[in-house]
Amino acid sequence: MTRYRNLSIKQKQIVWAYAFLAIPIVFYGVIRFYPTGNAILISFQDWNLLGDRTWTGLDNYAKLFADPTFWKVFKNTFVYLLIGTPVSLVVSFFIAYHLDKTRFMHGFLRMLYFLPFMTSAVAMAWVWRWFYQPVPIGLFNNFLSTFGIPQIAFLNSTTNALPSILAPAVWAGLGFQIIIFMAGLRAIPQSYYEAARIDGVSTWTVLWEITLPLLKPTIVFIVVFSSIGFLRIFDHVFNMTTGNPGGPLNSTKPLVLMIYETAFSSFDMGYAAAQTVVLFLVLLVVSLLQLRILRDR
Amino acid sequence: MAVAEQIRPTTDALLKTGGPKRPANMGQYVRWALLFLGGILMVMPIAYMISTSLKWPHEIYNLKLIPEEPTIENYTFVLEDGRFYWWFLNSIIIALITTICNVLFDSLVGYTLCKFRFPGRYIIFIAILSTLMIPTEMLVIPWYLMSQQFGWLDSYWGIMFPGLMTAFGTFLMKQFFETVPDDFIEAARIDGLNELQIWWTVAMPLVKPALAALAIFVFLGNWTAFIWPLIVTNSVEMYTLPVGLSSFGDEADVAWELIMTGAAISTIPTLIVFLIFQRFIIRGVVMAGLKG
Repeated sequence: MTRYRNLSIKQKQIVWAYAFLAIPIVFYGVIRFYPTGNAILISFQDWNLLGDRTWTGLDNYAKLFADPTFWKVFKNTFVYLLIGTPVSLVVSFFIAYHLDKTRFMHGFLRMLYFLPFMTSAVAMAWVWRWFYQPVPIGLFNNFLSTFGIPQIAFLNSTTNALPSILAPAVWAGLGFQIIIFMAGLRAIPQSYYEAARIDGVSTWTVLWEITLPLLKPTIVFIVVFSSIGFLRIFDHVFNMTTGNPGGPLNSTKPLVLMIYETAFSSFDMGYAAAQTVVLFLVLLVVSLLQLRILRDR
Repeated sequence: MAVAEQIRPTTDALLKTGGPKRPANMGQYVRWALLFLGGILMVMPIAYMISTSLKWPHEIYNLKLIPEEPTIENYTFVLEDGRFYWWFLNSIIIALITTICNVLFDSLVGYTLCKFRFPGRYIIFIAILSTLMIPTEMLVIPWYLMSQQFGWLDSYWGIMFPGLMTAFGTFLMKQFFETVPDDFIEAARIDGLNELQIWWTVAMPLVKPALAALAIFVFLGNWTAFIWPLIVTNSVEMYTLPVGLSSFGDEADVAWELIMTGAAISTIPTLIVFLIFQRFIIRGVVMAGLKG
Protein backbone atom coordinates (compact mmCIF):
# COMPACT_ATOMS: atom_id res chain seq x y z
CA MET A 1 0.00 0.00 0.00
CA THR A 2 2.83 2.43 0.79
CA ARG A 3 4.38 1.60 -2.53
CA TYR A 4 1.11 2.50 -4.24
CA ARG A 5 1.02 5.84 -2.37
CA ASN A 6 4.47 6.72 -3.56
CA LEU A 7 3.44 6.40 -7.22
CA SER A 8 2.81 9.52 -9.25
CA ILE A 9 -0.71 10.27 -10.46
CA LYS A 10 0.25 9.05 -13.91
CA GLN A 11 1.58 5.77 -12.58
CA LYS A 12 -1.50 5.26 -10.42
CA GLN A 13 -3.63 5.62 -13.54
CA ILE A 14 -1.63 2.87 -15.25
CA VAL A 15 -2.14 0.56 -12.28
CA TRP A 16 -5.89 1.22 -12.22
CA ALA A 17 -6.25 0.83 -15.97
CA TYR A 18 -4.62 -2.58 -15.97
CA ALA A 19 -6.56 -3.63 -12.89
CA PHE A 20 -9.79 -2.79 -14.73
CA LEU A 21 -8.64 -4.49 -17.91
CA ALA A 22 -7.17 -7.65 -16.38
CA ILE A 23 -10.26 -9.86 -16.69
CA PRO A 24 -11.30 -8.50 -20.11
CA ILE A 25 -7.78 -9.01 -21.52
CA VAL A 26 -7.87 -12.64 -20.39
CA PHE A 27 -11.39 -13.00 -21.84
CA TYR A 28 -10.54 -11.58 -25.25
CA GLY A 29 -7.34 -13.61 -25.34
CA VAL A 30 -8.89 -16.94 -24.40
CA ILE A 31 -12.40 -16.63 -25.90
CA ARG A 32 -11.67 -14.59 -29.05
CA PHE A 33 -8.03 -14.60 -30.17
CA TYR A 34 -6.98 -18.10 -29.19
CA PRO A 35 -10.05 -19.69 -30.89
CA THR A 36 -9.46 -17.63 -34.02
CA GLY A 37 -5.91 -18.94 -34.28
CA ASN A 38 -7.11 -22.41 -33.40
CA ALA A 39 -9.73 -22.37 -36.17
CA ILE A 40 -7.08 -21.46 -38.73
CA LEU A 41 -4.78 -24.14 -37.33
CA ILE A 42 -7.45 -26.86 -37.44
CA SER A 43 -8.24 -25.92 -41.04
CA PHE A 44 -4.82 -27.36 -41.99
CA GLN A 45 -5.47 -30.61 -40.13
CA ASP A 46 -7.47 -33.77 -40.54
CA TRP A 47 -9.45 -34.54 -37.41
CA ASN A 48 -12.69 -36.38 -36.72
CA LEU A 49 -12.85 -35.39 -33.02
CA LEU A 50 -11.97 -38.89 -31.75
CA GLY A 51 -8.76 -39.81 -33.55
CA ASP A 52 -5.46 -37.98 -33.82
CA ARG A 53 -4.98 -34.59 -35.35
CA THR A 54 -2.79 -34.98 -38.41
CA TRP A 55 -1.30 -32.24 -40.54
CA THR A 56 -2.57 -32.28 -44.06
CA GLY A 57 -1.43 -28.90 -45.29
CA LEU A 58 -3.81 -27.40 -47.81
CA ASP A 59 -5.74 -30.67 -48.40
CA ASN A 60 -8.94 -29.36 -46.75
CA TYR A 61 -8.95 -26.31 -49.00
CA ALA A 62 -8.17 -28.39 -52.10
CA LYS A 63 -11.04 -30.74 -51.17
CA LEU A 64 -13.35 -27.78 -50.62
CA PHE A 65 -12.65 -26.12 -53.95
CA ALA A 66 -13.12 -29.46 -55.74
CA ASP A 67 -16.42 -30.11 -53.94
CA PRO A 68 -19.45 -29.35 -56.17
CA THR A 69 -21.64 -29.00 -53.05
CA PHE A 70 -19.40 -26.18 -51.85
CA TRP A 71 -19.81 -24.23 -55.09
CA LYS A 72 -23.56 -24.76 -54.95
CA VAL A 73 -23.58 -23.50 -51.36
CA PHE A 74 -21.25 -20.62 -52.24
CA LYS A 75 -23.63 -19.57 -55.00
CA ASN A 76 -26.68 -19.83 -52.69
CA THR A 77 -24.95 -17.68 -50.07
CA PHE A 78 -24.38 -14.96 -52.65
CA VAL A 79 -27.93 -15.25 -53.97
CA TYR A 80 -29.17 -14.55 -50.42
CA LEU A 81 -26.88 -11.51 -50.36
CA LEU A 82 -27.59 -10.22 -53.86
CA ILE A 83 -31.38 -10.41 -53.52
CA GLY A 84 -31.72 -9.75 -49.81
CA THR A 85 -29.59 -6.63 -49.46
CA PRO A 86 -30.96 -4.54 -52.38
CA VAL A 87 -34.57 -5.55 -51.72
CA SER A 88 -34.45 -4.72 -48.03
CA LEU A 89 -32.55 -1.50 -48.72
CA VAL A 90 -35.05 -0.20 -51.27
CA VAL A 91 -38.16 -1.30 -49.38
CA SER A 92 -36.97 0.08 -46.05
CA PHE A 93 -35.96 3.41 -47.61
CA PHE A 94 -39.29 3.68 -49.41
CA ILE A 95 -41.24 3.08 -46.21
CA ALA A 96 -39.01 5.33 -44.09
CA TYR A 97 -39.22 8.14 -46.65
CA HIS A 98 -43.00 8.13 -46.60
CA LEU A 99 -43.35 7.41 -42.90
CA ASP A 100 -41.15 10.44 -42.25
CA LYS A 101 -43.72 12.63 -43.99
CA THR A 102 -46.71 11.27 -42.09
CA ARG A 103 -47.95 12.93 -38.95
CA PHE A 104 -51.25 11.25 -38.21
CA MET A 105 -50.73 8.26 -35.88
CA HIS A 106 -47.05 8.33 -36.72
CA GLY A 107 -46.02 6.42 -33.59
CA PHE A 108 -48.56 3.69 -34.21
CA LEU A 109 -47.49 3.14 -37.82
CA ARG A 110 -43.85 3.04 -36.79
CA MET A 111 -44.70 0.47 -34.13
CA LEU A 112 -46.35 -1.79 -36.72
CA TYR A 113 -43.26 -1.74 -38.91
CA PHE A 114 -40.84 -2.24 -36.04
CA LEU A 115 -42.65 -5.10 -34.29
CA PRO A 116 -41.19 -7.95 -36.43
CA PHE A 117 -37.68 -6.92 -35.38
CA MET A 118 -38.53 -7.94 -31.80
CA THR A 119 -39.40 -11.53 -32.74
CA SER A 120 -37.10 -14.53 -32.65
CA ALA A 121 -35.91 -15.85 -36.00
CA VAL A 122 -36.57 -19.45 -35.01
CA ALA A 123 -40.19 -18.81 -33.98
CA MET A 124 -40.92 -16.83 -37.14
CA ALA A 125 -39.23 -19.41 -39.36
CA TRP A 126 -41.76 -21.95 -38.09
CA VAL A 127 -44.66 -19.52 -38.63
CA TRP A 128 -43.61 -18.86 -42.22
CA ARG A 129 -42.99 -22.54 -42.75
CA TRP A 130 -46.62 -23.14 -41.86
CA PHE A 131 -47.68 -20.36 -44.28
CA TYR A 132 -45.86 -22.13 -47.11
CA GLN A 133 -47.42 -25.58 -46.63
CA PRO A 134 -49.61 -26.99 -49.44
CA VAL A 135 -53.42 -27.02 -49.22
CA PRO A 136 -55.21 -27.66 -46.88
CA ILE A 137 -52.58 -26.64 -44.32
CA GLY A 138 -50.67 -23.61 -45.50
CA LEU A 139 -52.08 -20.10 -45.26
CA PHE A 140 -50.74 -18.79 -48.58
CA ASN A 141 -51.96 -21.72 -50.66
CA ASN A 142 -55.34 -21.70 -48.91
CA PHE A 143 -55.58 -18.03 -49.74
CA LEU A 144 -54.69 -18.68 -53.39
CA SER A 145 -57.16 -21.54 -53.67
CA THR A 146 -60.07 -19.40 -52.47
CA PHE A 147 -59.45 -17.29 -55.58
CA GLY A 148 -59.03 -20.37 -57.76
CA ILE A 149 -55.35 -19.66 -58.37
CA PRO A 150 -53.21 -22.80 -58.80
CA GLN A 151 -51.04 -23.98 -55.95
CA ILE A 152 -47.47 -22.81 -55.56
CA ALA A 153 -44.85 -25.22 -54.24
CA PHE A 154 -42.86 -22.94 -51.98
CA LEU A 155 -40.40 -24.95 -49.92
CA ASN A 156 -40.50 -28.12 -52.03
CA SER A 157 -39.39 -26.46 -55.22
CA THR A 158 -35.77 -26.03 -56.19
CA THR A 159 -36.45 -22.58 -57.63
CA ASN A 160 -38.93 -21.16 -55.10
CA ALA A 161 -37.44 -22.48 -51.89
CA LEU A 162 -34.59 -19.99 -51.58
CA PRO A 163 -36.68 -16.82 -52.06
CA SER A 164 -39.31 -18.34 -49.73
CA ILE A 165 -36.71 -18.63 -46.99
CA LEU A 166 -35.28 -15.23 -47.75
CA ALA A 167 -38.67 -13.51 -47.38
CA PRO A 168 -38.97 -13.87 -43.58
CA ALA A 169 -35.31 -12.89 -43.18
CA VAL A 170 -35.91 -9.65 -45.09
CA TRP A 171 -39.20 -9.11 -43.26
CA ALA A 172 -37.62 -9.43 -39.82
CA GLY A 173 -34.85 -6.95 -40.60
CA LEU A 174 -36.98 -4.23 -42.21
CA GLY A 175 -38.06 -2.56 -38.95
CA PHE A 176 -34.50 -1.92 -37.84
CA GLN A 177 -33.49 -0.49 -41.22
CA ILE A 178 -36.56 1.75 -41.35
CA ILE A 179 -35.78 3.21 -37.93
CA ILE A 180 -32.15 3.84 -38.89
CA PHE A 181 -33.22 5.45 -42.18
CA MET A 182 -35.70 7.70 -40.36
CA ALA A 183 -33.00 8.84 -37.95
CA GLY A 184 -30.80 9.59 -40.97
CA LEU A 185 -33.58 11.51 -42.72
CA ARG A 186 -34.26 13.52 -39.59
CA ALA A 187 -30.59 14.49 -39.32
CA ILE A 188 -30.75 16.36 -42.65
CA PRO A 189 -31.20 20.08 -41.86
CA GLN A 190 -34.65 21.38 -42.81
CA SER A 191 -33.04 24.53 -44.26
CA TYR A 192 -31.82 22.50 -47.27
CA TYR A 193 -35.37 21.55 -48.11
CA GLU A 194 -36.65 25.08 -47.58
CA ALA A 195 -33.98 26.45 -49.90
CA ALA A 196 -34.94 23.89 -52.52
CA ARG A 197 -38.60 24.78 -52.17
CA ILE A 198 -37.90 28.48 -52.64
CA ASP A 199 -35.93 27.62 -55.79
CA GLY A 200 -38.92 25.59 -56.99
CA VAL A 201 -36.99 22.31 -57.33
CA SER A 202 -39.12 19.23 -58.05
CA THR A 203 -39.62 16.49 -55.44
CA TRP A 204 -37.58 14.03 -57.52
CA THR A 205 -34.65 16.37 -57.81
CA VAL A 206 -34.74 17.01 -54.07
CA LEU A 207 -34.69 13.25 -53.46
CA TRP A 208 -31.78 12.58 -55.83
CA GLU A 209 -29.73 15.72 -55.24
CA ILE A 210 -30.26 16.41 -51.54
CA THR A 211 -31.77 13.52 -49.61
CA LEU A 212 -29.87 10.54 -51.01
CA PRO A 213 -26.38 12.13 -51.11
CA LEU A 214 -26.78 13.34 -47.52
CA LEU A 215 -28.00 9.91 -46.45
CA LYS A 216 -24.84 8.22 -47.72
CA PRO A 217 -23.39 7.35 -44.28
CA THR A 218 -26.72 5.76 -43.32
CA ILE A 219 -26.89 3.83 -46.60
CA VAL A 220 -23.32 2.55 -46.21
CA PHE A 221 -24.08 1.39 -42.67
CA ILE A 222 -27.27 -0.43 -43.69
CA VAL A 223 -25.70 -2.08 -46.76
CA VAL A 224 -22.69 -3.41 -44.83
CA PHE A 225 -24.75 -4.43 -41.81
CA SER A 226 -27.44 -6.27 -43.77
CA SER A 227 -24.93 -7.89 -46.14
CA ILE A 228 -23.13 -9.47 -43.21
CA GLY A 229 -26.48 -10.73 -41.96
CA PHE A 230 -27.46 -12.33 -45.27
CA LEU A 231 -24.04 -13.92 -45.80
CA ARG A 232 -24.39 -15.54 -42.37
CA ILE A 233 -28.03 -16.64 -42.78
CA PHE A 234 -28.67 -19.83 -40.80
CA ASP A 235 -31.58 -19.76 -38.32
CA HIS A 236 -34.27 -19.42 -40.99
CA VAL A 237 -32.79 -22.02 -43.33
CA PHE A 238 -32.15 -24.54 -40.58
CA ASN A 239 -35.67 -24.29 -39.16
CA MET A 240 -37.56 -24.18 -42.43
CA THR A 241 -35.77 -27.22 -43.84
CA THR A 242 -35.40 -29.61 -40.88
CA GLY A 243 -36.01 -33.09 -42.19
CA ASN A 244 -34.30 -32.20 -45.45
CA PRO A 245 -31.54 -29.76 -44.38
CA GLY A 246 -30.68 -27.32 -47.12
CA GLY A 247 -33.87 -27.92 -49.09
CA PRO A 248 -34.39 -30.01 -52.24
CA LEU A 249 -31.03 -30.70 -53.96
CA ASN A 250 -29.31 -28.32 -51.50
CA SER A 251 -31.08 -25.49 -53.27
CA THR A 252 -31.31 -23.35 -50.12
CA LYS A 253 -28.18 -24.40 -48.26
CA PRO A 254 -25.98 -21.46 -47.20
CA LEU A 255 -22.35 -21.68 -46.11
CA VAL A 256 -23.11 -21.61 -42.38
CA LEU A 257 -25.45 -24.61 -42.65
CA MET A 258 -22.74 -26.51 -44.55
CA ILE A 259 -20.28 -25.64 -41.77
CA TYR A 260 -22.73 -26.81 -39.12
CA GLU A 261 -23.34 -30.14 -40.86
CA THR A 262 -19.67 -30.81 -41.61
CA ALA A 263 -18.66 -30.08 -38.03
CA PHE A 264 -21.54 -31.42 -35.97
CA SER A 265 -23.14 -34.12 -38.13
CA SER A 266 -20.05 -35.52 -39.90
CA PHE A 267 -17.57 -34.40 -37.21
CA ASP A 268 -15.06 -33.56 -39.90
CA MET A 269 -13.54 -30.72 -37.88
CA GLY A 270 -10.63 -29.88 -40.17
CA TYR A 271 -12.83 -29.61 -43.23
CA ALA A 272 -15.41 -27.52 -41.35
CA ALA A 273 -12.71 -25.21 -40.02
CA ALA A 274 -11.49 -24.62 -43.58
CA GLN A 275 -15.06 -23.62 -44.50
CA THR A 276 -15.21 -21.16 -41.61
CA VAL A 277 -11.97 -19.57 -42.78
CA VAL A 278 -13.52 -19.18 -46.25
CA LEU A 279 -16.62 -17.60 -44.65
CA PHE A 280 -14.40 -15.18 -42.75
CA LEU A 281 -12.56 -14.18 -45.93
CA VAL A 282 -15.85 -13.76 -47.85
CA LEU A 283 -17.23 -11.46 -45.13
CA LEU A 284 -14.01 -9.47 -45.02
CA VAL A 285 -13.74 -9.02 -48.79
CA VAL A 286 -17.41 -8.14 -49.27
CA SER A 287 -17.40 -5.57 -46.44
CA LEU A 288 -14.18 -3.93 -47.64
CA LEU A 289 -15.40 -3.82 -51.25
CA GLN A 290 -18.69 -2.24 -50.22
CA LEU A 291 -16.98 0.34 -48.06
CA ARG A 292 -14.60 1.25 -50.87
CA ILE A 293 -17.23 1.43 -53.61
CA LEU A 294 -19.84 3.29 -51.56
CA ARG A 295 -17.42 5.74 -49.98
CA ASP A 296 -15.87 6.82 -53.26
CA ARG A 297 -19.12 7.63 -54.92
CA MET B 1 -28.06 14.38 -16.89
CA ALA B 2 -25.90 16.59 -19.12
CA VAL B 3 -25.04 13.74 -21.43
CA ALA B 4 -28.57 12.51 -21.71
CA GLU B 5 -29.61 16.01 -22.71
CA GLN B 6 -27.03 16.02 -25.47
CA ILE B 7 -28.27 12.79 -26.95
CA ARG B 8 -31.91 13.60 -26.72
CA PRO B 9 -32.43 16.26 -29.37
CA THR B 10 -31.75 13.94 -32.34
CA THR B 11 -33.52 10.88 -31.01
CA ASP B 12 -36.42 12.87 -29.59
CA ALA B 13 -36.90 14.69 -32.85
CA LEU B 14 -37.22 11.29 -34.44
CA LEU B 15 -39.74 10.14 -31.89
CA LYS B 16 -42.15 13.02 -32.02
CA THR B 17 -43.81 13.22 -35.37
CA GLY B 18 -43.30 13.19 -39.08
CA GLY B 19 -41.87 16.21 -40.90
CA PRO B 20 -43.17 19.75 -41.02
CA LYS B 21 -46.87 20.38 -41.16
CA ARG B 22 -48.32 20.43 -44.63
CA PRO B 23 -51.79 21.25 -45.84
CA ALA B 24 -53.80 18.04 -46.08
CA ASN B 25 -54.39 16.90 -49.62
CA MET B 26 -55.44 13.79 -51.50
CA GLY B 27 -51.83 12.53 -51.75
CA GLN B 28 -51.42 12.66 -47.99
CA TYR B 29 -54.50 10.50 -47.42
CA VAL B 30 -53.39 7.94 -50.01
CA ARG B 31 -49.91 7.85 -48.47
CA TRP B 32 -51.35 7.27 -45.03
CA ALA B 33 -53.73 4.55 -46.23
CA LEU B 34 -50.94 2.69 -48.05
CA LEU B 35 -48.58 2.96 -45.08
CA PHE B 36 -51.32 1.67 -42.81
CA LEU B 37 -52.00 -1.26 -45.14
CA GLY B 38 -48.27 -2.04 -45.30
CA GLY B 39 -48.03 -1.90 -41.52
CA ILE B 40 -50.93 -4.32 -41.14
CA LEU B 41 -49.23 -6.70 -43.59
CA MET B 42 -46.02 -6.46 -41.56
CA VAL B 43 -47.69 -7.67 -38.36
CA MET B 44 -49.84 -10.32 -40.11
CA PRO B 45 -47.42 -13.21 -39.46
CA ILE B 46 -47.37 -12.34 -35.75
CA ALA B 47 -51.15 -11.93 -35.69
CA TYR B 48 -51.71 -15.31 -37.38
CA MET B 49 -49.27 -17.00 -35.01
CA ILE B 50 -51.17 -15.73 -31.97
CA SER B 51 -54.57 -16.36 -33.53
CA THR B 52 -53.71 -19.94 -34.46
CA SER B 53 -52.37 -20.62 -30.98
CA LEU B 54 -55.87 -19.78 -29.71
CA LYS B 55 -57.77 -22.01 -32.14
CA TRP B 56 -59.16 -25.53 -31.90
CA PRO B 57 -57.53 -28.03 -34.31
CA HIS B 58 -60.53 -28.14 -36.66
CA GLU B 59 -60.38 -24.37 -37.10
CA ILE B 60 -56.74 -23.79 -37.85
CA TYR B 61 -56.88 -24.19 -41.61
CA ASN B 62 -59.48 -21.54 -42.25
CA LEU B 63 -58.23 -18.06 -43.00
CA LYS B 64 -60.16 -16.24 -40.28
CA LEU B 65 -57.91 -14.14 -38.09
CA ILE B 66 -60.32 -14.11 -35.14
CA PRO B 67 -60.91 -17.62 -33.75
CA GLU B 68 -64.60 -18.60 -33.66
CA GLU B 69 -64.29 -20.24 -30.26
CA PRO B 70 -61.03 -19.00 -28.69
CA THR B 71 -59.37 -21.52 -26.39
CA ILE B 72 -56.27 -21.66 -24.25
CA GLU B 73 -56.26 -25.44 -24.59
CA ASN B 74 -53.08 -25.33 -26.71
CA TYR B 75 -51.22 -23.39 -24.06
CA THR B 76 -52.28 -25.78 -21.28
CA PHE B 77 -51.27 -28.72 -23.46
CA VAL B 78 -47.89 -27.31 -24.37
CA LEU B 79 -47.10 -26.18 -20.83
CA GLU B 80 -48.32 -29.39 -19.17
CA ASP B 81 -45.67 -31.17 -21.14
CA GLY B 82 -43.16 -29.34 -18.91
CA ARG B 83 -40.39 -28.82 -21.39
CA PHE B 84 -41.38 -25.27 -22.27
CA TYR B 85 -41.11 -24.26 -18.59
CA TRP B 86 -37.50 -25.40 -18.57
CA TRP B 87 -36.66 -23.75 -21.85
CA PHE B 88 -38.29 -20.50 -20.80
CA LEU B 89 -36.44 -20.51 -17.50
CA ASN B 90 -33.11 -21.33 -19.18
CA SER B 91 -33.56 -18.54 -21.69
CA ILE B 92 -34.43 -15.99 -19.01
CA ILE B 93 -31.50 -16.92 -16.77
CA ILE B 94 -28.99 -16.95 -19.61
CA ALA B 95 -30.18 -13.71 -21.20
CA LEU B 96 -30.24 -11.92 -17.82
CA ILE B 97 -26.80 -12.99 -16.63
CA THR B 98 -25.24 -12.26 -20.01
CA THR B 99 -26.87 -8.82 -20.10
CA ILE B 100 -25.61 -7.91 -16.61
CA CYS B 101 -22.10 -9.10 -17.50
CA ASN B 102 -22.06 -7.09 -20.71
CA VAL B 103 -23.35 -3.94 -19.06
CA LEU B 104 -20.67 -4.15 -16.35
CA PHE B 105 -17.65 -5.27 -18.36
CA ASP B 106 -18.28 -3.46 -21.65
CA SER B 107 -18.78 -0.19 -19.82
CA LEU B 108 -15.74 -0.75 -17.58
CA VAL B 109 -13.53 -1.47 -20.59
CA GLY B 110 -15.04 1.35 -22.62
CA TYR B 111 -14.53 3.74 -19.71
CA THR B 112 -10.93 2.69 -19.17
CA LEU B 113 -10.05 2.99 -22.85
CA CYS B 114 -11.71 6.38 -23.01
CA LYS B 115 -10.61 8.10 -19.78
CA PHE B 116 -7.26 6.61 -18.82
CA ARG B 117 -3.87 7.33 -20.37
CA PHE B 118 -1.61 4.30 -20.16
CA PRO B 119 0.86 2.47 -22.40
CA GLY B 120 -0.83 -0.14 -24.58
CA ARG B 121 -4.16 1.70 -24.64
CA TYR B 122 -4.31 2.05 -28.40
CA ILE B 123 -3.20 -1.53 -29.08
CA ILE B 124 -5.81 -2.95 -26.68
CA PHE B 125 -8.51 -0.84 -28.28
CA ILE B 126 -7.60 -1.95 -31.79
CA ALA B 127 -7.32 -5.57 -30.67
CA ILE B 128 -10.81 -5.54 -29.15
CA LEU B 129 -12.25 -3.73 -32.16
CA SER B 130 -10.67 -6.21 -34.56
CA THR B 131 -12.67 -9.06 -33.00
CA LEU B 132 -15.77 -7.48 -34.56
CA MET B 133 -14.58 -8.82 -37.91
CA ILE B 134 -14.43 -12.42 -36.75
CA PRO B 135 -17.76 -14.17 -37.34
CA THR B 136 -19.15 -16.34 -34.54
CA GLU B 137 -19.29 -19.27 -36.95
CA MET B 138 -15.51 -19.29 -37.17
CA LEU B 139 -15.24 -19.62 -33.40
CA VAL B 140 -17.88 -22.27 -32.70
CA ILE B 141 -15.59 -25.21 -33.50
CA PRO B 142 -12.78 -24.07 -31.15
CA TRP B 143 -15.37 -23.13 -28.50
CA TYR B 144 -16.89 -26.58 -28.79
CA LEU B 145 -13.48 -28.24 -28.37
CA MET B 146 -12.75 -25.99 -25.40
CA SER B 147 -16.09 -26.82 -23.79
CA GLN B 148 -15.48 -30.51 -24.34
CA GLN B 149 -12.06 -30.32 -22.74
CA PHE B 150 -13.21 -28.39 -19.67
CA GLY B 151 -16.56 -30.15 -19.27
CA TRP B 152 -18.63 -27.09 -20.17
CA LEU B 153 -20.85 -28.90 -22.64
CA ASP B 154 -24.54 -28.92 -21.79
CA SER B 155 -24.30 -26.31 -19.01
CA TYR B 156 -25.38 -22.70 -18.47
CA TRP B 157 -21.76 -21.63 -18.37
CA GLY B 158 -21.17 -23.39 -21.69
CA ILE B 159 -24.05 -21.54 -23.33
CA MET B 160 -23.07 -18.17 -21.85
CA PHE B 161 -19.29 -17.92 -21.87
CA PRO B 162 -18.79 -16.75 -25.48
CA GLY B 163 -21.07 -13.74 -25.04
CA LEU B 164 -20.06 -12.36 -21.64
CA MET B 165 -18.29 -9.38 -23.25
CA THR B 166 -18.72 -7.96 -26.72
CA ALA B 167 -16.56 -5.66 -28.79
CA PHE B 168 -19.71 -3.95 -30.06
CA GLY B 169 -20.78 -3.05 -26.51
CA THR B 170 -17.29 -1.89 -25.58
CA PHE B 171 -17.12 0.37 -28.61
CA LEU B 172 -20.61 1.72 -27.96
CA MET B 173 -19.80 2.54 -24.34
CA LYS B 174 -16.45 4.11 -25.24
CA GLN B 175 -18.27 6.42 -27.66
CA PHE B 176 -20.68 7.49 -24.94
CA PHE B 177 -18.04 8.02 -22.26
CA GLU B 178 -16.43 10.51 -24.67
CA THR B 179 -19.38 12.77 -23.88
CA VAL B 180 -18.67 12.70 -20.12
CA PRO B 181 -16.54 15.80 -19.35
CA ASP B 182 -13.08 15.07 -17.92
CA ASP B 183 -13.65 17.85 -15.37
CA PHE B 184 -16.27 15.72 -13.60
CA ILE B 185 -13.78 12.93 -13.17
CA GLU B 186 -11.01 15.31 -12.06
CA ALA B 187 -13.34 16.88 -9.50
CA ALA B 188 -14.24 13.46 -8.12
CA ARG B 189 -10.55 12.59 -7.88
CA ILE B 190 -9.89 15.75 -5.87
CA ASP B 191 -12.81 14.81 -3.61
CA GLY B 192 -10.84 11.66 -2.80
CA LEU B 193 -12.90 9.02 -4.58
CA ASN B 194 -10.92 6.09 -5.91
CA GLU B 195 -11.11 5.18 -9.58
CA LEU B 196 -13.62 2.37 -9.08
CA GLN B 197 -15.95 4.72 -7.20
CA ILE B 198 -15.56 7.39 -9.87
CA TRP B 199 -16.54 4.94 -12.60
CA TRP B 200 -19.51 3.58 -10.70
CA THR B 201 -20.92 6.69 -8.99
CA VAL B 202 -19.88 9.52 -11.33
CA ALA B 203 -19.48 8.21 -14.87
CA MET B 204 -22.04 5.38 -15.03
CA PRO B 205 -25.11 7.46 -14.05
CA LEU B 206 -24.23 9.88 -16.86
CA VAL B 207 -24.49 7.24 -19.58
CA LYS B 208 -27.67 5.52 -18.40
CA PRO B 209 -29.43 5.82 -21.79
CA ALA B 210 -26.51 4.08 -23.46
CA LEU B 211 -26.48 1.36 -20.81
CA ALA B 212 -30.17 0.78 -21.45
CA ALA B 213 -29.57 0.57 -25.20
CA LEU B 214 -26.78 -1.93 -24.67
CA ALA B 215 -28.90 -3.99 -22.27
CA ILE B 216 -31.77 -4.17 -24.77
CA PHE B 217 -29.49 -5.30 -27.59
CA VAL B 218 -27.68 -7.91 -25.54
CA PHE B 219 -30.87 -9.29 -24.02
CA LEU B 220 -32.67 -9.58 -27.35
CA GLY B 221 -29.58 -11.08 -28.96
CA ASN B 222 -29.27 -13.77 -26.30
CA TRP B 223 -33.01 -14.44 -26.09
CA THR B 224 -33.07 -15.27 -29.81
CA ALA B 225 -29.57 -16.81 -30.09
CA PHE B 226 -29.68 -20.13 -31.89
CA ILE B 227 -26.55 -21.65 -33.41
CA TRP B 228 -24.28 -21.78 -30.35
CA PRO B 229 -26.93 -23.03 -27.86
CA LEU B 230 -27.88 -25.62 -30.51
CA ILE B 231 -24.30 -26.86 -30.64
CA VAL B 232 -23.40 -26.77 -26.97
CA THR B 233 -26.55 -28.35 -25.47
CA ASN B 234 -27.37 -32.06 -25.66
CA SER B 235 -30.03 -32.73 -23.07
CA VAL B 236 -33.57 -31.50 -23.48
CA GLU B 237 -33.58 -29.78 -20.06
CA MET B 238 -30.65 -27.55 -21.06
CA TYR B 239 -32.18 -26.24 -24.30
CA THR B 240 -32.99 -22.56 -24.62
CA LEU B 241 -36.35 -21.52 -26.08
CA PRO B 242 -35.20 -21.27 -29.73
CA VAL B 243 -33.40 -24.63 -29.59
CA GLY B 244 -36.33 -26.21 -27.78
CA LEU B 245 -38.85 -24.82 -30.23
CA SER B 246 -36.77 -26.08 -33.13
CA SER B 247 -36.70 -29.63 -31.75
CA PHE B 248 -40.36 -29.44 -30.78
CA GLY B 249 -41.38 -28.40 -34.29
CA ASP B 250 -39.30 -31.16 -35.79
CA GLU B 251 -41.22 -33.91 -34.01
CA ALA B 252 -43.32 -35.12 -36.91
CA ASP B 253 -46.50 -35.77 -34.97
CA VAL B 254 -46.73 -32.27 -33.52
CA ALA B 255 -49.64 -30.29 -34.85
CA TRP B 256 -49.22 -26.83 -36.35
CA GLU B 257 -51.41 -25.13 -33.74
CA LEU B 258 -49.08 -26.46 -31.04
CA ILE B 259 -45.99 -25.25 -32.91
CA MET B 260 -47.64 -21.83 -33.23
CA THR B 261 -48.29 -21.91 -29.48
CA GLY B 262 -44.64 -22.64 -28.82
CA ALA B 263 -43.61 -19.87 -31.19
CA ALA B 264 -45.99 -17.49 -29.44
CA ILE B 265 -44.57 -18.42 -26.02
CA SER B 266 -41.08 -17.50 -27.21
CA THR B 267 -42.17 -14.30 -28.97
CA ILE B 268 -44.82 -12.73 -26.73
CA PRO B 269 -42.47 -11.77 -23.83
CA THR B 270 -40.27 -9.61 -26.06
CA LEU B 271 -43.34 -8.12 -27.75
CA ILE B 272 -44.84 -7.15 -24.38
CA VAL B 273 -41.55 -5.61 -23.24
CA PHE B 274 -41.42 -3.71 -26.51
CA LEU B 275 -44.97 -2.39 -26.24
CA ILE B 276 -44.29 -1.12 -22.71
CA PHE B 277 -40.92 0.51 -23.38
CA GLN B 278 -41.51 1.38 -27.03
CA ARG B 279 -40.06 4.89 -27.16
CA PHE B 280 -37.19 3.85 -24.99
CA ILE B 281 -36.32 0.84 -27.13
CA ILE B 282 -36.53 2.69 -30.43
CA ARG B 283 -34.30 5.41 -29.01
CA GLY B 284 -31.88 2.73 -27.89
CA VAL B 285 -31.84 1.09 -31.31
CA VAL B 286 -31.12 4.41 -32.97
CA MET B 287 -28.32 5.21 -30.53
CA ALA B 288 -26.75 1.79 -30.86
CA GLY B 289 -27.14 1.84 -34.63
CA LEU B 290 -25.71 5.31 -35.17
CA LYS B 291 -22.95 5.29 -32.60
CA GLY B 292 -22.03 1.62 -32.70
